[in-house]
Amino acid sequence: MTVTATPEMAQSLHEIAPEITTQVRDGHLAKAQTGLLAVGGLLAGLGYVLGEHGSLSYLVGYMGTLGICLGTLFFTMIQHITSAGWSVTLRRLTENTAATLPFMLLLFLPIVIGFHDIYHHWTDESLNITDPNGANYDAVLAGKSGYLNPTFFFIRVVLYFAVWIVLATYFRNQSIKQDQSGDPEISLHLRRVAAPGLLLFALTTTFASFDWIMSIDPHWFSTIFGVAFFAGSVMASMAFVILMSLWLMRKGYYHGAITVEHFHDVGKLMWAFMLFWTYTSFSQYMLIWYANLPEETVWYELRAESGWGAIGTVLIVGHFAFPFVFLMSRNMKRNTKILPIGAVLLMMIHCVDMQYLILPSGMSGHDHGHGHGHGGDGGLLSAAAGGDHGHGHAHGFGAQIGEYLHTISWADFGCFIGLACLIAGFTLRNIRSSNLVPLRDPRLREAITFHNI
Amino acid sequence: MTNTNKWGAVAEFDSAQSIYHAAEKLTAEGYTRTDAHTPFPIHGIDKVLHHKESGLGWIVVCGGFTGIIVAQTMMYWMNAVDYPFWVSGKEPYAWQATIPITFELMVLLSGLSAVFGMFGLNRLPRLHHPIFKHSTMYRVTDDRFFLSVEATDPKFDSEQTPLFLQSIGGANVEIIED
Repeated sequence: MTVTATPEMAQSLHEIAPEITTQVRDGHLAKAQTGLLAVGGLLAGLGYVLGEHGSLSYLVGYMGTLGICLGTLFFTMIQHITSAGWSVTLRRLTENTAATLPFMLLLFLPIVIGFHDIYHHWTDESLNITDPNGANYDAVLAGKSGYLNPTFFFIRVVLYFAVWIVLATYFRNQSIKQDQSGDPEISLHLRRVAAPGLLLFALTTTFASFDWIMSIDPHWFSTIFGVAFFAGSVMASMAFVILMSLWLMRKGYYHGAITVEHFHDVGKLMWAFMLFWTYTSFSQYMLIWYANLPEETVWYELRAESGWGAIGTVLIVGHFAFPFVFLMSRNMKRNTKILPIGAVLLMMIHCVDMQYLILPSGMSGHDHGHGHGHGGDGGLLSAAAGGDHGHGHAHGFGAQIGEYLHTISWADFGCFIGLACLIAGFTLRNIRSSNLVPLRDPRLREAITFHNI
Repeated sequence: MTNTNKWGAVAEFDSAQSIYHAAEKLTAEGYTRTDAHTPFPIHGIDKVLHHKESGLGWIVVCGGFTGIIVAQTMMYWMNAVDYPFWVSGKEPYAWQATIPITFELMVLLSGLSAVFGMFGLNRLPRLHHPIFKHSTMYRVTDDRFFLSVEATDPKFDSEQTPLFLQSIGGANVEIIED
């Protein structure tokens, strides 16, 4: 039945399955691309300019969509390092999404502009927090200033993007080169590159999440933070892959190349990374709850106020309990009407997760001045944390949700949707300028004939 | 003709393609109590033979939920009822502290119900199966593929069935005694 494809016999798609479309028809989907870019740019731009806390809303959307791009880069490299055959027909799509990372560098500009606004806890130079004799001396931040200073922050921004852009474009270009040459050596070469690539990816993604999200609350620290961000990001990127490929199938592409078997497997990965997010997020919460140290619990204390307590519950249900049951059965993952519903839900809950990580910290300190979280300033989680937020804020789930809706702005969803449309538009641009699937990958036959047992 | 002491008929095939096409013809002929015995999984043959989806998943789900309920009941009873004890300001029963054990017990009982559920559905363990009486069945783990029709099949006939198996390409067709 299945012939194991050895490098010497790399066949082209025309020999294996001549009926599969290899390219988007000339000019087709051009309107969709322009539409996505226009709507996306408008929505993200308006959210940034008009939102009540525009820079923070933009950061919510930006980190959410950056995670999608990084997740597809991770997916591409994982398929290479494991010599995976099943995913070859999906890989060009993830290569194309990862190759939007140069645009993400451009889209980072609003964060540079809003830098002092977002990271005001440690970038306000007028407070002079590193001066031991100053009135606002902060020993913790002074100790961290070797790492957490604007110069090094921007050096790292350049460094992270350099790594991501080089990796994303290299994997895409080599794969496209193989479309012409059919050289199986390229597959072996990319497998070797994927190993250091994944190592660099892990380090840059972790530190980027430290720099761009965790440092909003610079006193607080959690070593598992980067892993949780990564897990949620890969989940969202799998949701993105499902939605993009299903949409392109409706437009008449990928037929015969991407089948229900592939959706089943991408669905499994999405589900698994949803669980991995739960695992890491709960690990972070439980250790902090158990130790009950003021400098750690302050982060969750902040997330019990202003309605965020209810959002913690929403995340437990929407990011774990509901999708866990909803997408557990193989029949649900193999149903191409139900799977995209799950994918949309998980994309939106990913946005809520980013709000939960960014907004409470980002919005604190603006109205009651600098200096929360010096430890012992009421930051203790009550012993029976979870249900009992007895600090004088809203009780009851409904009341807290009301408070949350009052706290956030439309832009906290608008920027994410806008930036996701932009990423989809740029991905479409890359898709239209390359072949739809790797034409002469040695494992192409395996991907086309792939079946789950 | 009586089938009381017969288990069924078994035919040998020499490739995955030939057993796959033979299975299609076998189903088309109306046989229902059929099975394929192959050295490696053959994609889609379960569908061709109209085999139902395994019920193992439901057994595992039941095992998993039993694990959750047992863990929660156990810890609630121990910590809040039998011996309530305040440790570092946590309530005797604090849900946060129960999650790891609930998770572990769910995984343990899911895993055990997967293994033993599989045993049960396959009627294992058993020391012998009539099908091993077939003269070349020992090659099933090596390079031969076998189709079987059980005697309980309403269409089974100890003369017609072997002839049909031969006609669809089967070699070494044998009637297996129970």
